[in-house]
Amino acid sequence: MARLDYEIVIIGGGPAGLAAGLYAARARRKTALVEKGVIGGQIALTELVENYPGIPSVNGFDLAETMLKQAESYGTETRYEEVASVEREGKTWVVRTPEDELVAKAVIITAGADYNKLGVPGEELLTGRGVSYCATCDAAFFKDQHVVVVGGGDAAMDEGLFTTRHVGKVTVVHRRDTLRASAILQERAFANPKMEFIWNTVVEEILGEKEVTGVRLRNVETGKESTLDVGAVFVFIGQHPNTDFLKGLVEMDKGGHILVNEWMETGLPGLYAAGDARQNSARQVVSSAGDGATAAIAAEHYIAANFAAEE
Amino acid sequence: MAKPVEVTDANFDEEVLKAETPVLVDFWAPWCGPCRMVAPVVEQLAEEYDGRVKFLKLNTDDNVNTAAKYGIRSIPTLLMFKGGEPVDQIIGFRPKGDLKKTVDKALA
Repeated sequence: MARLDYEIVIIGGGPAGLAAGLYAARARRKTALVEKGVIGGQIALTELVENYPGIPSVNGFDLAETMLKQAESYGTETRYEEVASVEREGKTWVVRTPEDELVAKAVIITAGADYNKLGVPGEELLTGRGVSYCATCDAAFFKDQHVVVVGGGDAAMDEGLFTTRHVGKVTVVHRRDTLRASAILQERAFANPKMEFIWNTVVEEILGEKEVTGVRLRNVETGKESTLDVGAVFVFIGQHPNTDFLKGLVEMDKGGHILVNEWMETGLPGLYAAGDARQNSARQVVSSAGDGATAAIAAEHYIAANFAAEE
Repeated sequence: MAKPVEVTDANFDEEVLKAETPVLVDFWAPWCGPCRMVAPVVEQLAEEYDGRVKFLKLNTDDNVNTAAKYGIRSIPTLLMFKGGEPVDQIIGFRPKGDLKKTVDKALA
């Protein structure tokens, strides 16, 4: 186990963490960005980002990669590890991973959010066999087939629209009778001849043994059940913050979102939270990047004020 | 052979099924973001296990027959072959430690 000294450690490599990394490194603070999975977080799975000001349209993974290179060009180190715990040790924080202990003067939590699962029979068994949480990754395997998209938000519409390029037909199953997605995505979805909608309906079970063969549906108004023969189920039903490893350390709301003030301060000295991991995030690339920048500036001020004697 | 080599429908039998060592095949496609994250990790493993395990990559766009034969419906998928049979799989991006465990299991 290596013990490594940093000034700022950022947990999570989505837009919030990447922006924080850029600002922290440009402040000439020794900075580590710790990522457990894929750089970019949720946008790594997004086909098109069209609402990041100044960039008319870009692939999500490409945007994340550009942000990473930009942060690294100023000195941010990227470490691919999963954080197990964060603890106070004297005047500093210790971020523990299975392999290392990263010591930091300030820690910025940008751990983001993970997609929710349906939690129905068949889902676990058939994940990767027709159940998918990433249409941009998997839609091409269902050429000309009939597939289901579950959900009614931006992600569901964006991924559903992408899926129509490959498959024969997309049926959107949504538990309400209206969509939550932004108006422009709704317009595109309703105008797309390959997309159709089943309202007020939930998925009760995913059918199939070796691969998805269909879904069992239930209308929440009438209680009536039905089945639909499909080759794949793409699930986009919201997300939950990745903050379990911080339970008991910082204050959170019931949903596990970390409470912060307008400087992204958690109330604990030198500990910040930004992006989807915090309460009341607007959950946009641009707002998360803004959060990350704010947190890094606050962390820089904190270090300058509290560690000045050592510099 | 330090870097993963491309395998195709045409030489899959020869390169994978008849191989004497365990073989890890990385099923990927150019348009898949997470696949681009997996690739460098697989390259590192190829260095570390050089000579003991063979590392190959298969483009699922160009080699649909092999992808279909093994029921690949999600990428990235890593399939571990031993004695011509798939013995383990990893679907989606995982940290290097998880991948190493899978490879070590095949070597045990």
